[in-house]
Amino acid sequence: MTTRFFGAPVKRNEDRKLLTGQALFVDDVELPGMLHIAFLRSQVAHARIRRIDVSRALARPGVTAVYTAADLGEYWKAGPLLVPPPPIEGSIFNARTQVPLAKDKVRHVGEPLAVVVADSRYIAEDALDDIEVDLEILPAVVDCEDALNSATHVHDDLGSNMAAHVRQSKGDYRRAAANAHLILKRRFLYEHGISSPIETRGVVALWNARGQHMTIWDTTQAPVFVRNGLAAMLGLGERQVRVIAPFVGGGFGPKIMMFYPEEVVLPWISMRLNRPVKWIEDRLEHFFATTHERGQIHDAEIALAADGRILGIKDVFMHDTGAYDPYGLTVPINSQCTLLGPYVVPNYDSTFTALFTNLPIVTPYRGAGRQHGVFVMERLLDLAAHALKVDPAEIRRRNLIPPDAFPYSNEIIFQDFQPLEYDSGNYEPVLDKALELIGYDHFIRDEQPRLRAEGRCVGIAVACYVEGTGIGPYEGAKVQIQANGKVNVATGIGTQGQGHFTSFAQIVADELGVDVTDVDIVTGDTDQFSWGAGTFASRGAVVAGTAVSEASRAVRKKALKLASDVFECSEDDLVLADGKVSITGISQKFIRLGDLAQRANPMRGAVSPGTEPGLESTQYFGPPMGATANGVHAAIIEVDPQTFDLKILKYVVVHDCGTVINPMILAGQIHGGVAQGIGNAFYEKLSFDEQGQLLNASLADYLLPTALEVPRMELDHTTTPSPLNPLGIKGAGEAGAIPVGPLFAQAIEDALDLKRNEVELLEIPLSPSRLFELTRMARVR
Amino acid sequence: MKPAPFKYIAASSLDHALALKAEHGDEARFLAGGQSLIPAMNFRLARPSVLIDINGLGELAGVERSEGAEIRVGALTRYRSLESDSRFLTDCPLFADALPHIAHPQIRNRGTIGGNLSHADPASELPAVAVAMQARMRIKSAKGGREVAASEFFQGLLTTDIRSDEMLVEIAFPAPRARTGTCFMEVARRRGDFALAGVAAVVTTDAKGRCSQLRLALCGVGETAVDASTAAASLIGQPWASEAIETVVSEVQAMIDPPGNVHASPDYQRHIAGVLAQRAITAAYSRAGHAG
Amino acid sequence: MQVERHDIELSVNGTIYRRAVESRILLSDFLRHDLELAGTHVGCEHGVCGACTILLDGAPIRSCLMLAVQANGHELSTVEGLAGRDGELHPVQQAMHDHHGLQCGYCTPGILMTMTAFLKQNSEPSEHEVREALSGNLCRCTGYQNVVDAMLAAAQTIRAAP
Repeated sequence: MTTRFFGAPVKRNEDRKLLTGQALFVDDVELPGMLHIAFLRSQVAHARIRRIDVSRALARPGVTAVYTAADLGEYWKAGPLLVPPPPIEGSIFNARTQVPLAKDKVRHVGEPLAVVVADSRYIAEDALDDIEVDLEILPAVVDCEDALNSATHVHDDLGSNMAAHVRQSKGDYRRAAANAHLILKRRFLYEHGISSPIETRGVVALWNARGQHMTIWDTTQAPVFVRNGLAAMLGLGERQVRVIAPFVGGGFGPKIMMFYPEEVVLPWISMRLNRPVKWIEDRLEHFFATTHERGQIHDAEIALAADGRILGIKDVFMHDTGAYDPYGLTVPINSQCTLLGPYVVPNYDSTFTALFTNLPIVTPYRGAGRQHGVFVMERLLDLAAHALKVDPAEIRRRNLIPPDAFPYSNEIIFQDFQPLEYDSGNYEPVLDKALELIGYDHFIRDEQPRLRAEGRCVGIAVACYVEGTGIGPYEGAKVQIQANGKVNVATGIGTQGQGHFTSFAQIVADELGVDVTDVDIVTGDTDQFSWGAGTFASRGAVVAGTAVSEASRAVRKKALKLASDVFECSEDDLVLADGKVSITGISQKFIRLGDLAQRANPMRGAVSPGTEPGLESTQYFGPPMGATANGVHAAIIEVDPQTFDLKILKYVVVHDCGTVINPMILAGQIHGGVAQGIGNAFYEKLSFDEQGQLLNASLADYLLPTALEVPRMELDHTTTPSPLNPLGIKGAGEAGAIPVGPLFAQAIEDALDLKRNEVELLEIPLSPSRLFELTRMARVR
Repeated sequence: MKPAPFKYIAASSLDHALALKAEHGDEARFLAGGQSLIPAMNFRLARPSVLIDINGLGELAGVERSEGAEIRVGALTRYRSLESDSRFLTDCPLFADALPHIAHPQIRNRGTIGGNLSHADPASELPAVAVAMQARMRIKSAKGGREVAASEFFQGLLTTDIRSDEMLVEIAFPAPRARTGTCFMEVARRRGDFALAGVAAVVTTDAKGRCSQLRLALCGVGETAVDASTAAASLIGQPWASEAIETVVSEVQAMIDPPGNVHASPDYQRHIAGVLAQRAITAAYSRAGHAG
Repeated sequence: MQVERHDIELSVNGTIYRRAVESRILLSDFLRHDLELAGTHVGCEHGVCGACTILLDGAPIRSCLMLAVQANGHELSTVEGLAGRDGELHPVQQAMHDHHGLQCGYCTPGILMTMTAFLKQNSEPSEHEVREALSGNLCRCTGYQNVVDAMLAAAQTIRAAP
């Protein structure tokens, strides 16, 4: 096989549609007779529902129906537990999942109370005002530390607000600490925000009573899961339900298979009214109705040898899971596991408690808890470097897992229920490249003293991380050569902008000797491919990509076999290239792939025992465990010492995600991840008041970085293939976003020389106002 | 996020618009650029029952000036036309500093100076600029017209001196003075966001380089634009001295009472108001032709 | 309240449309759902994200902050009108393709409209000028770097064009 496309920066197949306004997004679906839906959402975080009166709304002209939980009857059920907790001995997990419409209690601002169906979204919103709601307002549990001992319980039947309690350990931290040269202990606060894709969520449901068939257009990252779940809820077979995730305008986690109230309620309404219905989340709703990530509080300590080697880490943390926990323990387990990073940590003792609060639900958002752990580890190392008078980059180097130690077991369980084992890696060259690109030695030796003399506050930082990617269970793909010579590929995975239409096509194009533009990829249509999980956990390229590769290989075999029959020659004498099979050395003797596909389905004699018609194959791939990517970010940041605003002067990412399918797409993933990381580190903060009200629910006040906040980035890569899949690839979707918080903290501390004033930045997000307060508190001290 | 129903009337003349406003009073809102009003309506925070669209009233748009006289800006003049009017920016250089801070190009293509000032958002740049420049606000109703000083015009949070039957039709800025330097600066979280604090400074010196007038106004730090010129009283009659500015900074910080918001604590706002006052006054001195 | 409709006539991408619209219909909704020009996207409906940017008489504006009735008598341009009739991409579209300036593509129409107007006025922009011009369009996928590179390249193409 020649690899003309695999590994090349091939331009994207999907671009033309998107650039000309022809791509179909959910809100673009227009159907005759379609009705529009608006949800009445709770204005308060915690209350008992006394009464909901919809009679005035029903009387409004243009309103077809108004429903509350009571109307749903048997259909009203708490949503599924999407990810059960990993089998960790001694752990506690209390599953409480979200409901379609609030029945007895509302548990967070934005939880839906009623739904209006009307001729237009305008009228539906008018009718929301007509609904009378009588609530008994309860105190709200907002702070996850307070939640632990609060007399107010989010779920009354639990008797506490504890969602989970999990301890994992390796080695013996106590003994390690007893022999330590230095122990440092701090409290860290890390808050992540909301994914805020530019396309909000949306659902269109179309029930066809005559055909007994349901079609749902949904902004989901996991259409097959949603199809299976909704079919079961609606009492239909899977073949009676088609879920289409068309072009999805970004997701970053929260658009996964959540079984959001809207996803569950719309198909029911369409069935009930026998009309197509549409709901498009508006930006205000997005702040409450779509899941968040949010905060953890870590009390962590590190035990060190005199030379800076880590002897052990102990961490006890609290995790805010919001009002429900449908996504199980994925986020806090990721924090717990990813904290260990690329370092040798011989002894580790980590315990977390997940707590219910009266805030929107927490589920994975790009990074999915990894940030929180990486922040703790990277900050501990910075503090250790300062205390031991070791250079921050050097203390990292001394602790890196050596290349001959792979596969490297961390002896704890990861989110995929498998042992946390790093498949492959070579970490030091990544650090070296990053230091070289940022000009580390030069900056510290020459630049920084010169800038300081000019009165400028400029600091440098370097942060390391690993990312567990490409987890199971599996994905599949069907590859088919069509009579027109084009290759059709269907997979059950969703897509949200990662370029699957191109990267998968590259794999196929090389295997089948066609052009990338001759490969049509279908993702996110359950009628095209019935099995799969979805796009999350940086797994699309790894898992679905491998399935695509396997299926193409099988089709290639079939094509060569058939051609060898046609030419009455050995398969070894055949060449598959330029969309045709030819005989080696006799290029005029060829048959086009399309013709071959037609021959594979003749009217007579197509099938003999053990064969099947067509040039088609469906293959599945399930990796034994996740593949671990790694990287280093470095930055030089200037801070205005009076206003505490900052400017990033240089930003470097060096990354190793194994074999690369398309470096152009990979770079885009890194750029976008870093931009979200910058938002998280310094701009994006969800500000709740004590009643659980979000005070900045608009894009004017929830600050997504613009082109002026995100700097130019310099990227480089090393390649350590993964042994876990034949292509050697590891995932890359989340890497850019993971280490930006500690990088900012480190660079700002360095720029303002905060250590001199004993100011430590132990929280994210930071802001100019917060930096002012922290430095002023130090001055007062 | 769709607006509640309303009656829409495109005004055919200023008289028509004023007659409609007299008829409908507080139930009606004028629709100019709509860049603050429409978002408020989409959130259903504003629900006027009548919208009087004045975008067709060409007589309300444009800049008029004659040599040595005041500069008259029609209320419907869009930010974009001010930004591209180089003579206006030379005559009113505070605008050259301030306009780029107002949102983004797409907003500046629609938003109008009169709409901005009538909306009276305390974190907006232009009210402070108008106060610093001692603009005169010309207001009309069906019954007649009147004029109000900018410092009297802004009365509170989103509240002006405009009565329910009136419209701000023109803003007059004094003719440029010799030996005058100006500067507007702000701190916002991102370019285009509302200011966490902003300072407009206008410094005029006499022939010997002594400060003869210093106008200072702040945005973002109170319920309305703050006229802080009295904080600089000690500089009047004095030659440039950087130490003297320190006094002004503490006076400014003492006279404001910032509310704080999700992005900034009141203390931080007070702090940067001082920092900006110092920087803006220094820059204005320098632009007036003196050391700074 | 009685639903009040207004007859309007406007041109979009050179085609004249006559419709009766309710006062409160936003221009973004009118374009997308009445004229079925769904290439213009809606991201926030409060004028921050820029996804709904279109050209009104040649100048970029937020179509979510204008009423459809206000477009009466105006000339509008949307993403559907950018490519040539033969399908040839506009230099700005082509550069976005060449430089991987889009991922999910949802914010892309707004960026294209903002930047075609910008490059018409300033075909020799610095990187900082490009970033300033772009700052009213939020993108959550690309980190902007490839968009900026695309715009600098498009400027070059536009300058070189006869």
